[in-house]
Amino acid sequence: MEMTGAVLALIGSIIFFLSALGLIRMPDLYNRIQTGTKATTLGTIILSIGLCLIHPEWTGKLVILILFIVLTNPISSHVVARGAHYSGQEMTDKTVGDALTEEDKDKEGTP
Amino acid sequence: MKMKTALISVVLGLLFWFGLNGRLETGVLISGIVVVAIAAAFHVKDAVFGDVKFSPRAFIAFIAWLVVFVGELIKSNIDVMLRVISPKVRINPAIVEVKTKLKTPLGRLALANSITLTPGTLTTDIKGDSLFIHWIDASSTDVEGATKAIVAKFEKQLEVVFG
Repeated sequence: MEMTGAVLALIGSIIFFLSALGLIRMPDLYNRIQTGTKATTLGTIILSIGLCLIHPEWTGKLVILILFIVLTNPISSHVVARGAHYSGQEMTDKTVGDALTEEDKDKEGTP
Repeated sequence: MKMKTALISVVLGLLFWFGLNGRLETGVLISGIVVVAIAAAFHVKDAVFGDVKFSPRAFIAFIAWLVVFVGELIKSNIDVMLRVISPKVRINPAIVEVKTKLKTPLGRLALANSITLTPGTLTTDIKGDSLFIHWIDASSTDVEGATKAIVAKFEKQLEVVFG
């Protein structure tokens, strides 16, 4: 039981490490948020399940922790991305389309 | 509407209470009911959960959404990890517009959160019934194609639960 828990905690930590690596390797803010949000969410879930197996008496609290992470992590990344876009954060050269900027321009064009 | 909000708040609150306490005793239960009832009374007038539907069909749809969601979450992590460790960063990003049929705020919140946690997509803004999504590997930049690829798999179930 403890062995399984330790392995799960290790997998969670590896996911965290890869998400940190993604922050360095991705070219612009939006892509960094992508790696940051998803990997930390699954990393926290797997790490917490591992801790549940090692310390069964913490299960209730860890389940609540997972719920809060899953509910709030996407919201905070959404807010950061939205704020970045409206403050004019540049997107990388590889970007193939930007519907949000076009939409805003359309709005300004029609009084 | 208000009854429904009160009921859901109390049930959720009690689940949290027992999760934090970690033991089932009469004293814990009684104090929990009092605390949760006071907390629920504060936001009953907002009717946050008023749009949630109670029916066997909604329950099955919720479970189906959960299964799809967990599957997509794992897939998205493998996808992102492969992108991160591949020697050349393979990305083809774009912000695309998609349309949703969901009408209620809670349904749209659930949809936006689901989209953010699925492979390579990040909700950037919501305007009316359009969601603007940053897509790390955009295969189509027109509204119909993007809607089909991103929104369709969640919308079916969320429509039943939240309307």
